[in-house]
Amino acid sequence: MSRRFRMSDIDWFLLGLALAIAIIGVVEIYSTTLHSPLAGQYKKQIYWILLSCVLALVASRLDYHMVLEQTPWLYVGSVLLLAGLLVAGHSIAGTRRWLQFGPMSFQVSEIVKLIIILVVAAYFAHRRTKAVTWGDLVKLGIFAGIPAVLVALEPDLGTALTFIPIVAAGVLFAGIRWQHIAVLCLLGILALPVGWHFLRPYQRERLMTFVHPTQNTQSSSYQVTQTKIAIGSGGFWGKGLGNGTQSRLGFIPVSHADSIFAAYAEEQGFVGTLLVLLLYFAMLLRLLDGAQMAPDRAGAFLLIGLAAVLFFQVVLNTGMMIGVLPITGVPLPLMSQGGSSLLFTFLGLGLAMSVRARRYVN
Amino acid sequence: MEVRFPSDERPPAWKIAFLQYVIAASFLVLLVGYWRLQIGQHRLYLDLAERNRIRNLPVIAPRGRILDRDGRVLADSSPAFSVLLMRETLADLSPERRAGIARGLQLDPEELRATLQRTASLPRFQPVLLKQAATLEDISFLESHRVEYPELDLIPVQQRLYPKQQVAAALLGYVGEVPEEMIAKLGSSYRPGDVIGKFGVEAEYNQVLSGRDGMRRVVVNSRGQEVGVLSTLNALPGNDLRLTIDLDLQMAAEASLGDRAGAVVALDPRTGEVLVMVSHPSFDPNDFAKRIDPKEWNELMSDPMKPLMNKSIQAQLAPGSIFKIVMASAALETGTVTPDYIVNCAGAVTIYGHLYHDWVFGKRPVHGAVNIHKAIRESCDVFFYTMGKMLGIDKIDYFARGLGLGAKTGIDLPSEAPGLIPSPEWVQRVFKHKWYAGETISVAIGQGSVVVTPIQVAHTIGGIAMGGVFHRPHVAFQDQLRALGVDTPDTSPHAFPLSEDTLAAVKSGMWAVVNEGGGTGGAARCPGIEISGKTGTAQVVSQTLENSEKNSEFKSTAWFVGYAPSDKPEIVVAALVMRGEHSAVAVPIAREVIKAYFDKKLGPKPPDNQMETQARVLSQLRPAIPPKQLPSAYNRY
Repeated sequence: MSRRFRMSDIDWFLLGLALAIAIIGVVEIYSTTLHSPLAGQYKKQIYWILLSCVLALVASRLDYHMVLEQTPWLYVGSVLLLAGLLVAGHSIAGTRRWLQFGPMSFQVSEIVKLIIILVVAAYFAHRRTKAVTWGDLVKLGIFAGIPAVLVALEPDLGTALTFIPIVAAGVLFAGIRWQHIAVLCLLGILALPVGWHFLRPYQRERLMTFVHPTQNTQSSSYQVTQTKIAIGSGGFWGKGLGNGTQSRLGFIPVSHADSIFAAYAEEQGFVGTLLVLLLYFAMLLRLLDGAQMAPDRAGAFLLIGLAAVLFFQVVLNTGMMIGVLPITGVPLPLMSQGGSSLLFTFLGLGLAMSVRARRYVN
Repeated sequence: MEVRFPSDERPPAWKIAFLQYVIAASFLVLLVGYWRLQIGQHRLYLDLAERNRIRNLPVIAPRGRILDRDGRVLADSSPAFSVLLMRETLADLSPERRAGIARGLQLDPEELRATLQRTASLPRFQPVLLKQAATLEDISFLESHRVEYPELDLIPVQQRLYPKQQVAAALLGYVGEVPEEMIAKLGSSYRPGDVIGKFGVEAEYNQVLSGRDGMRRVVVNSRGQEVGVLSTLNALPGNDLRLTIDLDLQMAAEASLGDRAGAVVALDPRTGEVLVMVSHPSFDPNDFAKRIDPKEWNELMSDPMKPLMNKSIQAQLAPGSIFKIVMASAALETGTVTPDYIVNCAGAVTIYGHLYHDWVFGKRPVHGAVNIHKAIRESCDVFFYTMGKMLGIDKIDYFARGLGLGAKTGIDLPSEAPGLIPSPEWVQRVFKHKWYAGETISVAIGQGSVVVTPIQVAHTIGGIAMGGVFHRPHVAFQDQLRALGVDTPDTSPHAFPLSEDTLAAVKSGMWAVVNEGGGTGGAARCPGIEISGKTGTAQVVSQTLENSEKNSEFKSTAWFVGYAPSDKPEIVVAALVMRGEHSAVAVPIAREVIKAYFDKKLGPKPPDNQMETQARVLSQLRPAIPPKQLPSAYNRY
């Protein structure tokens, strides 16, 4: 399926949206770490953006079918890598998430996210029924469940949770009976107490804080309180770049990473919040639009999986900042500092462009 | 797994639309959430953010020093640290944190709990004082636990320091934390933990001495570390206050009273300036500058000799024979007798069918024929019993009050006691019975219900020595107070004119007490200085009880009041020794003070052995009198 390259093959609109969000993120990282030991991190972020961008363009040139054909190998390889990390990985701050490449460290679970998207897309491209069967659900559950458990053991529950919307969106689009949904919901409710049992104390506390926000100002709800103060104090126009007292004086934990949106909302106000949320919204609609026009099931499921996971992460991250969702360690795609997340997102978008580029072909 | 990619089937459009709606709805919910925080509750959160980063730290104003008349320091301030609890970012202190703080700062957990409860209603931006005078251990605890307890902070404060320790303690008073009632008072600017004067000069001139605290608005980070200063309102230090007290004379008086319980007051009768004010046993006001521990406080409160009382102005005791000066003045001024009037003293006299003994009865030769001069000189009771009968209680009452007894002198110190001059109306009012004529006879020699304070004795005798002009005693220079804008009471002297003849006779009697043979105050004689005075020995219980019980509690009160020079008095000294048994023990005390006054005034400047004197005085000042049952007379305090 080789074709001549045309400029219109690249989805400049999607790439532009992604770059705009990423640049806003770099500026905010610069601002919030300016007088901290992390000053200079923004440069690293720029390098990652450039690298990711190049890789996205490369991915957009690939035929996504070719990538999907590699899914089994990629899947097996990633599961082995995750297991290997648990056994032999370096522990950083009590977690084993990182794969070390010389000076670069890389979070494997971010790339596994992309592989799960491929797995789901490949599965439903292959299997064409009007609605999924129990057998499909069990198989998908196992495919996604094995890496999810390995990631959760790192421990990185937040990333493990992001596998759920990928599978859920795939199943929804493949067609599911209401009875199945009802049974799954019931199972989910029954599993709650068991899940509670496996949660770590800090995770339980976060959940309790979400249920009773005012009970404990000192520790876990302290985080929510402080991010809310940061966001609320930003007001309509914001305090201005570099003037966010909550982030600069350390009241917001990890204001350059998971909590970057709170730092951003403090400095840029509601206007800034609105701008970034609109950018994300436009990006998600663009992905769904691509899914609508995809030349085949495989491309459509790929785009839907990507849209689902990005949507999940954006809503969870920005929602937990204002206390409408419980605190989970989920980065804000494109904005939070971190090369692995950037790489995953841009690679995903590159594949999305690849799908979109083939929309007129048959 | 072989993957094939059929291109026939697309996802149904309604599912894409459904997902679009879900995304749109979710973003709408998020936007509403951000709108509510950033626009709806912006003010609230802006305020919270400001409180997060800004701390208002008080800058404690140093309290003014208290100086003696020559500018020597009696009360000073020394730098110290206090531990504050910053409550702005804190909802409530959990019991575990409270216990941790109590352990770390070595506070009583109960007391800490009470402090927090008391201050719970205060605005949150006001820090709460947890501990004054932080020790080195407290400071290192704070420094090493900054991250665990970001709500704790240290501020530099001024701690009161009394370099002369027990010297003039009752006069100077002490400082302490402001009591709750004062904080609760409407319009009060006091905060819990503020230091105010509680007694003595510290209390009386608290307004002058205390400055106005300043405020520092600082920026702190999430660990409570200061990272910048927004604004500083400097503290306004308190004013120094110079007292009329002369430390040299004070030291002389402290030393000569020694470890006996009693009081010494010296005034300049020309102005009312207080030169000396001693009250023993004393206490160390430095103990109050830190938070005094309850055990020490209880000891001070339960000591029967009442170290926390300023006996110079609060001890109300029978004046004994000192009252005879009032009697003599009244008898002569009313024309009841002339200076030549003779009473024959046989050691006792029967009046209203009751036998009244003279103090010489059974111990010494009787006084024989006595005129008023000899009666004062030898303190003849029989003569004054007779005067009492001739004058009657109303005239005695009139003169005693006119000469300044039985009422507050108006000295600028808190808690002055008024003393008491009995009158028929008073007896009727208090005891609901008629005045017994016999009571007048007891009053005539300064017994019965008459009680006076040492400051009254010095004030009255000084005024008589000045020819009936009574200056209000005061410890702070009036000019200085006016310059500081403090309202001063009327400073014009009170006059109670006595005729030249009366004054001459009374003053010659007092001269004779010291300078003539047979005078009771011969021990006050001092080469080169002409001293006049009057002795007094006052019973605290009836004569029979005193004879039967040989307990020191029932020993008589010894008084001496003297002034010098006899013709143009510059200093008047009242010395009181409780349980002194005989006036003879009080006489040398007054003499030493007067001698010190003239030594300083006339002699070359003495070598600077002040330190040595001070050390000696201090070593003598330890309260030495063991607690015993209270004698009846003390109930009048």
